[in-house]
Amino acid sequence: MSGKTLYDKLWDDHVVYTEDDGSALIYIDRHLVHEVTSPQAFEGLRLAGRKPWRAARNLAVADHNVPTTDRDKGIADPVSRLQVETLDQNCAEFGITEFDMNDDRQGIVHVIGPEQGATLPGMTVVCGDSHTSTHGASGALAFGIGTSEVEHVLATQCLIQKKAKNLLIKVNGKTGPGVTAKDIVLAIIGKIGTAGGNGYTIEFAGSAIRELSMEGRMTVCNMAIEAGARAGLVAVDDVTIDYYRDRPYSPKGNDWFMAERYWQLLHSDDDAVFDKVIELDAGGIKPQVTWGTSPELVVAVDQNVPDPAQEPDAVKRQSMIRALEYMDLKAGQAITDIAVDKIFIGSCTNSRIEDLRAAAVVAKGKKLADNIKLALVVPGSGLVKRQAEAEGLDKIFIEAGFEWRDPGCSMCLAMNADRLEEGERCASTSNRNFEGRQGYGGRTHLVSPAMAAAAGIAGHFVDVSSWEVQQ
Amino acid sequence: MRAFNQVTALVAPLDRANVDTDAIIPKQFLKSIRRAGFGPYLFDEWRYLDHGEPDMDCTHRPVNKDFVLNKPEYKGAEILLTRENFGCGSSREHAPWALEDFGFRAIIAPSFADIFYNNCFKNGLLPIALPAEQVDELFKELITGYQLTIDLDQQQITTPSGKKITFAIDEERKYRLFNGLDDIALSLQHAEQIKAYEVERAKRAPWLFAE
Repeated sequence: MSGKTLYDKLWDDHVVYTEDDGSALIYIDRHLVHEVTSPQAFEGLRLAGRKPWRAARNLAVADHNVPTTDRDKGIADPVSRLQVETLDQNCAEFGITEFDMNDDRQGIVHVIGPEQGATLPGMTVVCGDSHTSTHGASGALAFGIGTSEVEHVLATQCLIQKKAKNLLIKVNGKTGPGVTAKDIVLAIIGKIGTAGGNGYTIEFAGSAIRELSMEGRMTVCNMAIEAGARAGLVAVDDVTIDYYRDRPYSPKGNDWFMAERYWQLLHSDDDAVFDKVIELDAGGIKPQVTWGTSPELVVAVDQNVPDPAQEPDAVKRQSMIRALEYMDLKAGQAITDIAVDKIFIGSCTNSRIEDLRAAAVVAKGKKLADNIKLALVVPGSGLVKRQAEAEGLDKIFIEAGFEWRDPGCSMCLAMNADRLEEGERCASTSNRNFEGRQGYGGRTHLVSPAMAAAAGIAGHFVDVSSWEVQQ
Repeated sequence: MRAFNQVTALVAPLDRANVDTDAIIPKQFLKSIRRAGFGPYLFDEWRYLDHGEPDMDCTHRPVNKDFVLNKPEYKGAEILLTRENFGCGSSREHAPWALEDFGFRAIIAPSFADIFYNNCFKNGLLPIALPAEQVDELFKELITGYQLTIDLDQQQITTPSGKKITFAIDEERKYRLFNGLDDIALSLQHAEQIKAYEVERAKRAPWLFAE
């Protein structure tokens, strides 16, 4: 018999029972809750007279709607305010721990989970948010769910699931200068497409993934969903274990040693069989910039906007033509000739301390270009913000002309006041460049934090891998 | 949940790949704490020429006459025919809520994003994945008044010419959708197994139960 993949191990460890058709009831170790996808679930519990199965396994935070300025004044938009207040009330009623808007630990749900040690290796982690895949960086099986499933987890601490297939993506070799986790994952999506991972759980492996910090691995797993996979995984190693030592919710004392022993088994066996294997050479990856309205429409910064006429597939060609029109770009245009209006550094993809450091290195001692209307830096959590301030990063950003904001999802999806106006173009460290995602009629280019900061300074896209040297 | 047995209905063609859930229901409508009432805002940015906001009265908004769902010949369509990777992006269940509230009962496409696919079944909406060539054929056949009959029990689609197309679906999903069953009530029938699992797991991973 062949060995098990990491996903097989995590799955087998959580099966409560399996139906004849292969669907299974699996146990959920950690449920993260936010204000947007939970109100109808709590309402469902109330209507059915149900209680949470295990209230302590839930952790709630408001992130999507929260303002990133003047937080002491509360939320101006009455609809957003009601949604956040509804979360507060539901958590109080059902006995669920919540970090409220003014708690230092508040932040984007996918940033605070690992930061608090609330999501750990070997866990099953779910949340009513597709970017729950982020937590797979620790060797946890983590995926996004809909609101009906949020209610199901609250009521039963379980979910009905069908096992996905195993996809291994190996990124071999070493990345060049200026190439980050974000560029790796964008290059992967460019290669396999946004539907490439449909029906699979992706394990990211290879020397370039091993070289990444935990935060870099989170960036990669975060965007597994953009490749179509509900869950992304990275095997546990010393980097993982060191990261979780002494976090508030991490196991303590003897429990820690037991946990560590178990976590060290969380890797695919040497003879494990994957349904599909894809390999990439890290050395061939350059800083990436998306040019279209799907994350798969991506090229290296030193390339030109592709020509739909060269695309043989009719459906794809139509998508490209539509994307060019929406983005107001021309085939053949150099990426470095694209000027931007706004900069957004933040989101569950790229708002951790290392992301802010990488952007600050580029911004240090410089000024935003005259054509930049607004440049936001939105830390992923109150604790990330505090750490950045201790390092003086806030001053670097402010002196360069960036705005230093309070934590939340912010302009990644523009549910709060931070958004693009119609026709505005943004260099963004977020994860989706869909039509209207950052604001009605807004145009999004996905890039790494260093690339976003550099676009702010230059006023257009530049190749950070060579640009830093020239400055 | 509404049970799904057999549906004969008009088909609307949405000839685009990678239709994301942000397009199906834009984020400003996610601020609602209710489960109903999303139908008027389905495909809001494509359907209307102005910018939609929650609780807006849509009856007097300027409509995009070129958008398929605004064309009179597709009024009352209950089956959506579309292209690959439908429902990609965000996990928002507001997307199936909006489709269902608008009046759709089934969606036919070459493939669906996993989370969206799963969410449909919780809301009486049947997503049918067919090979791309078959979807392409349906697009080519589609003329004004084009109707399909979908029979869930038989797992079969019948075209106006009488051609039968079979589709695949998990037994468990089919059973629940066919009978309109509540997942939570069914899972809670296994409460003793869940408790037994917890006892056994607590021995292996006590740190998870140190509450």
